[in-house]
Amino acid sequence: MAKLEFKLNGTPVTLDIDPSLRLLDVLRNHFQLTGSKEGCGEGECGACSVLLDGHTVNSCCLPIANIQRREVVTIEGYATSERFKVLEEAMSHEGGSQCGICTPGMMIAAESLLNKNPHPTETEIRIGLSGNLCRCTGYNMIIKAVQRAAKKGEGLW
Amino acid sequence: MKNISRSTPKVDNPDKISGRAQFVSDIQMAGMQYAKTVRSPHARANITHVKTPRLPEGYVIVDHHDIPVHNHVKMIVDDWPVFAKDEVNHIGEPIMLVAGPDKIEIEKIIKQIEITYEPLEPVFDHVNSVVQKAFHKGDTDKAFASADRVIAYTYETGLQEQAYIEPQGFIGYLEGDTKITLVGSIQCPYYVKNALLNMLGCNDDEVRVIQAPVGGAFGGKEEFPSLMACQLALAVKKLRKPIKLIYEREEDMLVTTKRHPSVITLEAALDKHHNILAVRAHVGLDGGAFIGLSPVVLSRSMLALLGVYNIPNLEVHGDVYITNTPPNGAFRGFGAPQMIFASEMFMHHIAKTLDIDPFAFRMKHLAKQGDQTSTGGTFRDPIIMLDMIEKATTISEYHQKVKDYEHPDVYKGIGMSWFFHGCGFTGSGESTHINAKVKLEKDENDHVYVLVAAVDMGQGAKTTLKKIVVETLDVPYDQVTFDNPDTDVVPDSGPTVASRTIMIVGGLLARAAKTLKDTWVANQPMTIIEQYKQPTYIAWDEDTMQGDAYPAYSWGVNIVEVEVDPITYQVDVKHIWSVYDLGKAIDERIVLGQADGGIAQGVAYGYLEVMCHEEGRIKHKNMTDYIIPTSVDMAPTETHLFDNPYAFGPFGAKGFGELTLVGGAPAVAMAIEHAIGRRIHKIPATPESIMELINHGKA
Repeated sequence: MAKLEFKLNGTPVTLDIDPSLRLLDVLRNHFQLTGSKEGCGEGECGACSVLLDGHTVNSCCLPIANIQRREVVTIEGYATSERFKVLEEAMSHEGGSQCGICTPGMMIAAESLLNKNPHPTETEIRIGLSGNLCRCTGYNMIIKAVQRAAKKGEGLW
Repeated sequence: MKNISRSTPKVDNPDKISGRAQFVSDIQMAGMQYAKTVRSPHARANITHVKTPRLPEGYVIVDHHDIPVHNHVKMIVDDWPVFAKDEVNHIGEPIMLVAGPDKIEIEKIIKQIEITYEPLEPVFDHVNSVVQKAFHKGDTDKAFASADRVIAYTYETGLQEQAYIEPQGFIGYLEGDTKITLVGSIQCPYYVKNALLNMLGCNDDEVRVIQAPVGGAFGGKEEFPSLMACQLALAVKKLRKPIKLIYEREEDMLVTTKRHPSVITLEAALDKHHNILAVRAHVGLDGGAFIGLSPVVLSRSMLALLGVYNIPNLEVHGDVYITNTPPNGAFRGFGAPQMIFASEMFMHHIAKTLDIDPFAFRMKHLAKQGDQTSTGGTFRDPIIMLDMIEKATTISEYHQKVKDYEHPDVYKGIGMSWFFHGCGFTGSGESTHINAKVKLEKDENDHVYVLVAAVDMGQGAKTTLKKIVVETLDVPYDQVTFDNPDTDVVPDSGPTVASRTIMIVGGLLARAAKTLKDTWVANQPMTIIEQYKQPTYIAWDEDTMQGDAYPAYSWGVNIVEVEVDPITYQVDVKHIWSVYDLGKAIDERIVLGQADGGIAQGVAYGYLEVMCHEEGRIKHKNMTDYIIPTSVDMAPTETHLFDNPYAFGPFGAKGFGELTLVGGAPAVAMAIEHAIGRRIHKIPATPESIMELINHGKA
């Protein structure tokens, strides 16, 4: 067991916990934050994506020890932001979500991309989302959603 | 009148985009237990001895001894055991389920279980045929006897994994003393319920199945969940606590059903004017260890001969071969992608062999309204393929690119596929097997509940079926509710498969809503039930496979442009154009989303997705080994929908979900063929196979 301190969705938390646990399991089981999904358990599909200090990481591959004194934002935390609302509207408008299992991770990846590059080209969006697998959409509607969000949310990122 | 195709907000978007939607693995219950399956390490063996350890308090093992009545999963044939008894027939075949409170302890128990096997020689070749089908049209022998020329080729397709991002899963619990409730990621609530009733031999009201939000399915959650559900139900009965059974990705990929590999041989008799007089065909499907749904997959594959072309004489034989590999099953397209690939390539290759223009050759054989189908039925509805082909070739500049890319140093190519998909169950399945029933209930506040077993697995059924009811009743959206199916509440409107949901279930709902509207009495509870009736003009003989195999067909044209790297032979898909006739889109945005996703799977089937066995063990067992398209692999798409309303579909709609997949593989394969100047007879056309073709292939 180890004592860990980190910020989760803006709130400081302290845990006495097995430091080898996966961040994904801690989020889902300890905090009941089930918006981060397990699709593959090996960092390929991106359904478990969360923001760690603003960067997308696969929470299924990250031991909880690695987040000591760092900041984690999950889809639940991100969903309270203005940026999320813009991206959500764009995803709905363009049809970027079908079965929805990849969608929270895709939203996190899109946020991370727009945060680094508020005006991405189509190619940059394709590269930015390439760590997140979607089997339903063929991606084009998601790409259009990111383009729409970048335009509608001008100044937010 | 309002245009039904105008998109409405997808009802499940807010929950899914925000991560609030509770998929089965997200659901928590007090006292939740876990389970894991004990599986065969052998492709074929007799089980000679089983020794289980003394179990710690709170843990149970269930196996074939715990099955009250039938040890098989209810499907077409009773050959698929719930748990292996004396023999195992594929690697990963389930033998037991261990359940209890702690996952690590379960693993420890599994390690202590001793199963002794007597290994037998496994069979992987296509030698054990367990299903044979055949049908004829016209007089093939006579046509071949008079032929000027006979051309024959063989085509092969590989395994394809559905690769839904949410693995298979269920939660099971007891309600009261005996009632077993299962909540799962499933396409067919009543398939699961009927499988449980069959295995348990219990009363209808002692089993309940509820659909959780489904994180992708594509056929993979059609029949396989019935097997899992049976196993979990036995553990719930024994442990008497809620149990969660979720597969990890590797387990899911190693043991669940996939698309049948096929070998299809086509032989054409041609006259001296290059008309196809007759085609003989043999379709061989690898069924894996158990028959499962393979007979129906084989039917659909055979019926799709020779694609959209009207051939006066046909003779088709098909076999399902049993091999010691995991059972193959439903996957979007259901046998048609294999045959459409073979048929389209064959037409192209015949033209190449005859040294004539493939486009003109295909055009002159294209089926028209009133022509006979492969089984002597009739294409009754207008076929608008000429307009669709014109549109597709124009927007893609197809004809110009065919010429421009002829030069061998260009390494660019463009390929086009024409295809159809029969909507709904094959033959008389809707009336003899399914007999779908839908229900609308109105309460005293005039709120309407849509009660059907149709599942939204991402294809938007919750939005589109609700829309059909709302638009027919002409009431506001918030006056109608459509919850996920629960077999205690909804009637059996059939499985969510075979591109039948909009056309059949939606059609019944439109009729029920019309009746409700016509008989509407305000502030009074009302119930309307509508049951499927086969249109009287549809005649089908299951034994001879003669007549109308489907009530209606949807049609499509796909064009794919590629560039092939001359050094690495890596294929870069540059652009995809599609034109579809689906009768009428119930929701344009949802339909275009289906089109994008379907073609991504279809094109990837043709060049990207590799899955094979080695000595019965699947080699591509996770998302690292099994490559599905990422956003970088997938090309921009342009899709056009043509209205061609079908009289018996709701608002004129026909089936669509599967259509979008079946044309992808031949279009990309023809594009690669064009780019490398070598013929492709086998998919996926990987860089390795392209190198082989460039070195040794036929121009």
